[in-house]
This record gives sequence, C-alpha cells and structure tokens, in this order.
Amino acid sequence: MKYFDEYRDEQLAKNISRQLKETVTQNWTIMEVCGGQTHTILQFGLEQLLPPNVELVHGPGCPICVTPLALIDKAIAIAQQPDVIFCSFGDMLRVPGSKSDLLGVKALGADVRAVYSPLDCLAIAQAEPERKVVFFAVGFETTAPANAMSVWQAKRMGLNNFFLLCSHVLVPPAMSIILESSSNRVQGFLGPGHVCSIMGYKEYIPISRQYRIPIIITGFEPIDLLEGILRCVIQLEEKRAVVENQYGRALTEQGNLAAQALLKEVFAIIDRPWRGMGVIPKSGYKLNSEYKQFDAELAFDVGSVDTVESSICISGEILRGVKKPVDCPAFAKQCTPENPLGATMVSSEGTCASYYKFSRLEKKEASHV
Amino acid sequence: MCLAIPGLVEEIFHKEGLTMAKINFAGMRRSACLEYVPGVKTGDYVLVHVGFAISVLDQEEAQRSLDLLKQTGEVNSFKNELDNARDYT
Repeated sequence: MKYFDEYRDEQLAKNISRQLKETVTQNWTIMEVCGGQTHTILQFGLEQLLPPNVELVHGPGCPICVTPLALIDKAIAIAQQPDVIFCSFGDMLRVPGSKSDLLGVKALGADVRAVYSPLDCLAIAQAEPERKVVFFAVGFETTAPANAMSVWQAKRMGLNNFFLLCSHVLVPPAMSIILESSSNRVQGFLGPGHVCSIMGYKEYIPISRQYRIPIIITGFEPIDLLEGILRCVIQLEEKRAVVENQYGRALTEQGNLAAQALLKEVFAIIDRPWRGMGVIPKSGYKLNSEYKQFDAELAFDVGSVDTVESSICISGEILRGVKKPVDCPAFAKQCTPENPLGATMVSSEGTCASYYKFSRLEKKEASHV
Repeated sequence: MCLAIPGLVEEIFHKEGLTMAKINFAGMRRSACLEYVPGVKTGDYVLVHVGFAISVLDQEEAQRSLDLLKQTGEVNSFKNELDNARDYT
C-alpha cells in the first residue's frame, strides 16, 4: 500500500545502514522521543542495522505511560459513579490503578466503553441525555486537537452531559528536562513526527540552539527512522546542531494552523505531573475558563485517592534515557505487561513493554525489514 | 498512541456541521473528520489519528526524499541539505 511499502524496503534499509557505517567515527547516543518510534525500532530489529557505536535510548513519548497513577485512580473512581458512561481509547482500559483497572470496574458493572474517536462520545451523549458521558482525554499534541474539537463541538451542540478528564502533555518541555539533567547521555534527538504534524517544529529550534543538539523530526516507518538516525549522525560527526525535517511528506515548519487555533481556543498551558518524571513546568493542557463546564475534574468530586507506586521500578530513569529495561531487576520477572509495576510497562508503546514483546527478535537477523 | 495511518480520501460529506470523509485504509473504510485539513480533495492521501485527518501527505515531497535516499551518495545529499539549512547555532 502507498506510503507503507516504500518505507519498509529491505534494500533501501541496507543502503542506509551501509552509509551509517561509513559515516560514523566515534560513539554517539541518540534518543527517539516517541513511543511509536521505539515500537518500530524494536519490532523491525533496526538496532541490528546500526554500527555498534551508535546507541539508541528511548524517550518519554508514550502518553499513557506518563499519565499519573493518581489520575488513573481518579478515572476509575469517576467510572464507578452512578449515571456515568466512561469512555476511553482502548489502550487505556488495562492500565492498572492502585487497586483495579477500568476493565476491572466494568466487570463489576460500571459502564466503560472503548471508543475510536472522541467524537463518538458526542453521539453517545446525544443518545443518552440523562446520563453523563466522560472521556479520558490522554495524549500529546497529536491527540489534543481531536479532544479540543470534541468539547468545541459539544458546546456548539449545547450538550451539557459531556465531560473531559484531561491529561494532555507536551513534548518540548520534557526534552528540556532530559537535557538539563546531570546524568543526561542524549547527544541527538529523533523528534516526534506526528506531534510536529500539528505543532510544526519552530519550538524545537531554541532547544537545539540552547543545548547545541541536533534534532531530526522523524517519521515512524523503518526507513524514516534509519534516515533520521543517519541525518543525526551526519550532524554529530560534523559538529552541527540544527533542526531538520526528515518527515517532510507529513509536516511543515509551521505545522497545522487550523488545529493550533482550536488548541488555543479550548486549552490553557499548565504545569503537569508526569508519571516517573515529576512535575514539569508548562508541560500540559487543561480546559480553559471558557470551557470549564466540560472539565470532569470540576464536575465530579471523588475525594482524595490513595496511590501507591512500586519502589523497585526504575521507569523514571528509563524515560530520561539514563537506563534501559534490562538494567531493572524486576524486568520480565515481577514486572510484565500483565502485571506492570510502573510507567514504561503499562502501555504497549512503553519502552519496557516493547522490550518485553520484541526481545525474542533481538537474537535474530533483522531480515524482515 | 500517536499512531497516525495514511489513507485515501474517497468521499466528503457533512455531519452535525463538521466536514467528514470516508477514508480508505488499504481496503478498510472508516470515517474521519476533515476540519483540520481545509481544502483537502477526494484522491488526496491524509494521515488519520483518532478519527481526525491531521495532515495531507505531500506526494511530491515524499517522492523527492525517496529519490534522495536511493542515490548512492546520499550522505553527500544530506550534507548539501544541511549546508542549505538555516543554521541556528
């Protein structure tokens, strides 16, 4: 299929791999920011096509992973309220809270539904006007416009039984936090292609300049990632630090202006806590005062919820690229996708979950790229 | 989570005041909202994320970058691009 097959071409992958080997002269550590990129790298065994002195570390770009446990507990508490229909993207339903998960409370009688799009919730709210429909709005800048449209449209339709439980996070502040850390190892970034389809890449220019670090905005197919790595290594070898756009077919420097306009209309930027990373200043969205009637945190008082995080889990260091899953004593022992102890194992795009799923591939040749 | 899939815009329609389309994803058809890609036409390819088209794929740019990758001296092409890029440092 168009836009798939040509980016999975084995010969092209081998060509880029050869060029990489001819270009690199010293050790470099590159972080791919997005969980989707991590998933592709492990799924296709791309690390086996890299020279041994190019190391990939995996970034914090899995929004489900970084959603605070306290908010998941709050979601579960809201889902158990009478008259609530609690809607979420499917991958959020299995994420464990302190005591249960959304599927668990569904089994006990709560009305929990997986939806494809936040617009689906509006149809449900229209069909069931006497009930309250709550959507768990999780995601980065890629997903925020869809959720913004849902409340904008709800206001236009005069719906008063639709609410967002909002946990939106923003990528650039997290990259700055990683670079500020005294234990930072990252020398180059593969930037988040779909986030930049929405936001463009102007925000990344001051980061590249301030920290003298190359940032290659990169797509999600194997050829995209290999090209992004090659471009990054070329910059590192040439001692350059520029923002480049590898994913030109999907984004421009200015991004999607229509989406940015609605984000501005609906959301305000706030400090947000990231699971495993703590509170990051100006790193998230909440509904602004014009749209506060749709804010589930204001509409539902579920009291304070006791949350308990694992003490062994090292997901904070994994999210910052300081450690890898194999450095954790609990990885694939006490901590598995069925029984995750922390952020990076809870979603299929989390670094630990990707390592767990694809570890069998590491021993084989990457022959199926 | 930020997964976005390329699909072909087959039929544009309106629902509840929103511009929508039937999108063909390699034979599977689903609806998506087109409000964020004003001016998109049937026959265009769009990237779809959670039921929203978030960008129109640029076929010429896609071809140009694939051609660049297929050249034998792609490192030199990338270096040339880098030299032409604005240097922010």
